[in-house]
Amino acid sequence: MNADVRPIRTAAETGLIEAFEAVRAALPGGERGAQLRDDAFATIASRGLPNRRVEEWKYTDLRALMREARPLAGPVTPAELAAAEALLPMADVEALRIVFVNGRLAPSLSQLAGAPSGVAISPLSDALEGDAPHALVLEGAPADNALVALNTAFVADGLMIAVDEGVAASRAIHVANVQTGAAHSSYGRLLVSVGKGASVTLIESHSGDAAGHQTNTLVGLDLADDAKANLVKLQDEGLGTLHLATLAVRLGRKAELNSLALSAGSLAARQQIFLAFKGDKATANVSGAGFAGARRHLDTTLVIDHEGQGCVSRELFKTALDGQARSVFQGKIVVRPGAQKTDGKMMAKALLLSEGAEADAKPELEIFADDVVCGHGATVGAIDDELLFYLKSRGLPQVEAEALLVQAFVGEVIEMIEDEPLRDALTARAERWLRERD
Amino acid sequence: MEPDVKMLLSIKNLHASIEDKPILRGLDLDVKAGEVHAIMGPNGSGKSTLSYVLAGKSDYDVTEGSATLDGADLFAMEPDARAAAGLFLAFQYPLEIPGVATMTFLKTALNAQRRARGEAELPTPQFIKLVREKADGLGISTDMLKRGLNVGFSGGEKKRNEVLQMALLEPKLCVLDETDSGLDIDALKIVAEGVNALRAKDRGFVVITHYQRLLDHIVPDVVHVMAKGRIVRTGGKELAHELEARGYADYVEEAA
Ligand SMILES: Nc1ncnc2c1ncn2[C@@H]1O[C@H](COP(=O)(O)OP(=O)(O)OP(=O)(O)O)[C@@H](O)[C@H]1O
Ligand SMILES: [Mg+2]
Repeated sequence: MNADVRPIRTAAETGLIEAFEAVRAALPGGERGAQLRDDAFATIASRGLPNRRVEEWKYTDLRALMREARPLAGPVTPAELAAAEALLPMADVEALRIVFVNGRLAPSLSQLAGAPSGVAISPLSDALEGDAPHALVLEGAPADNALVALNTAFVADGLMIAVDEGVAASRAIHVANVQTGAAHSSYGRLLVSVGKGASVTLIESHSGDAAGHQTNTLVGLDLADDAKANLVKLQDEGLGTLHLATLAVRLGRKAELNSLALSAGSLAARQQIFLAFKGDKATANVSGAGFAGARRHLDTTLVIDHEGQGCVSRELFKTALDGQARSVFQGKIVVRPGAQKTDGKMMAKALLLSEGAEADAKPELEIFADDVVCGHGATVGAIDDELLFYLKSRGLPQVEAEALLVQAFVGEVIEMIEDEPLRDALTARAERWLRERD
Repeated sequence: MEPDVKMLLSIKNLHASIEDKPILRGLDLDVKAGEVHAIMGPNGSGKSTLSYVLAGKSDYDVTEGSATLDGADLFAMEPDARAAAGLFLAFQYPLEIPGVATMTFLKTALNAQRRARGEAELPTPQFIKLVREKADGLGISTDMLKRGLNVGFSGGEKKRNEVLQMALLEPKLCVLDETDSGLDIDALKIVAEGVNALRAKDRGFVVITHYQRLLDHIVPDVVHVMAKGRIVRTGGKELAHELEARGYADYVEEAA
């Protein structure tokens, strides 16, 4: 027998290793940064990309989804910049806009100087150039998670936002990520800290052309005591793109998070959410609406970690699937010893519009405290024929009747957005999907 | 009756079954424009089945016979096409659709039918005015129009909402399946007035009911008795009084 255990690498793994070797010396972050990147990449180099034999990746086999590693995006050309501008979503939504094209800050499309008072906005590359590359350390997400590790290894640009104590940011901040040009990989990182008693609304958008890009973005959100954040994400990548995203949130005492994501784009997407209640009596509403047709794949994987006492978490995820599309929902609520009076509820619902569509849901509770109220549920079903007949008997053609019922289904999520133009923008995107079912 | 009045609904020898169980067994019914026909009959005789088969519910298989609306073959059309062609069914049990505002539903339905008929969509202000007008007459509040379709509506409110839809869509043939059940005395009057307001020389009605009381308000031209999937007797409005007094015992045996 051959005792030489050399891992058999896939083309993607080999590509990632070569890419890392080629760029590691040139990546920003100094000596300490290089160490952090090397450590992060070592987990990828040794384990390879996670596949379906790894529990958290059972339904979303990254090794299969990422057959090869796309080359890192190069400098943005003027033509790509122009193309990116045309791909920017949510033009009607009033917000300070910062744009990244292929993972790089695009100053000409951004309003970097327009930060509302009490809010500091700076390029992540500045922080990386400094002596202490804290921007490479992400609190609240497991460092050895494949997506986090890849992001730490490769990220070169991004944004840092700090909202001062007591400040209610007067404008929403929209961080737009656009992918355009030849198929590439790009990395982005948004680190936000909201000071004590402060509040802010953040919009994160991802859009792009139909090329087979690979994007990996990471959002770190730190809410101090009594801080509040609204986070709205539109995932509308081009239909050839692999979208890998991580959100890590830490909530202080009495902090409040309202997070909502609409996923209508990408060929395959994995959204990971790690949310940790660090203080007592904090609240988090985390919700999402997803649409997929053809052979697309949408994964939402979340871990809600109750450490503080008396915190309330609500998760509601709704997905409509057509064609051969597949959705995955993995949700775990962890209640640590001492996290008494925890109130956690999680619900995932999938609506299948075709025979070929499939939804997998895996809700989990890990409870180590005795005085808690926790619940979870998951439903998968087709559209109710009786309702469909009622609508058709009033003159609505099948497709229109289905669209109305799907809208009603996801409306419960989208209607949580208070800002009307923002809500309208997401509703319009949902309506477009219902016409195209792509 | 004038000989040149056109035939609106014509059902010939209709057989229909559900899960291979025959329910309608050779039913004939002709409704001319301008007429109101009442159908009465014991529970389970197939009255709702008839209404669903006409509207095109896919659970039922039509195994024999025909039905035409204004000369057009109903069974060749999808349910939405039947609606656009002028058929309306007021459901015995109207459904609740959370998340679809009543107003949105009404607008989508009206415009879908207008489009199917090659007509222009109604501009929103005009549409709202129209709905308000009709809703007022039926005692349906603005708040109810904003709520999810039939969600949290009482039984009577749901029935009034069916009549509102009917008034708005202006069908040629209205089939009302026990629209009177669950209505209090005042609501019954309101609904009957709503229906009577729609009576017109080019419109026909099939009113399914168990009670003579409704027919005091909506006076029928013809009354049919249905038993075991067939029309077993046809008469004038006085037949309803007879049934009220004597019940269905005779017919149940006759059809068996
Ligand atoms: N889905 C079904 N599966 C099997 N049998 C059915 C189904 N739906 C209806 N039936 C049967 O068909 C027959 C006719 O029912 P239908 O609802 O048409 O009666 P109806 O005359 O409207 O009665 P009611 O006066 O109680 O409203 C009944 O025997 C009923 O049990
Ligand atoms: Mg019935």
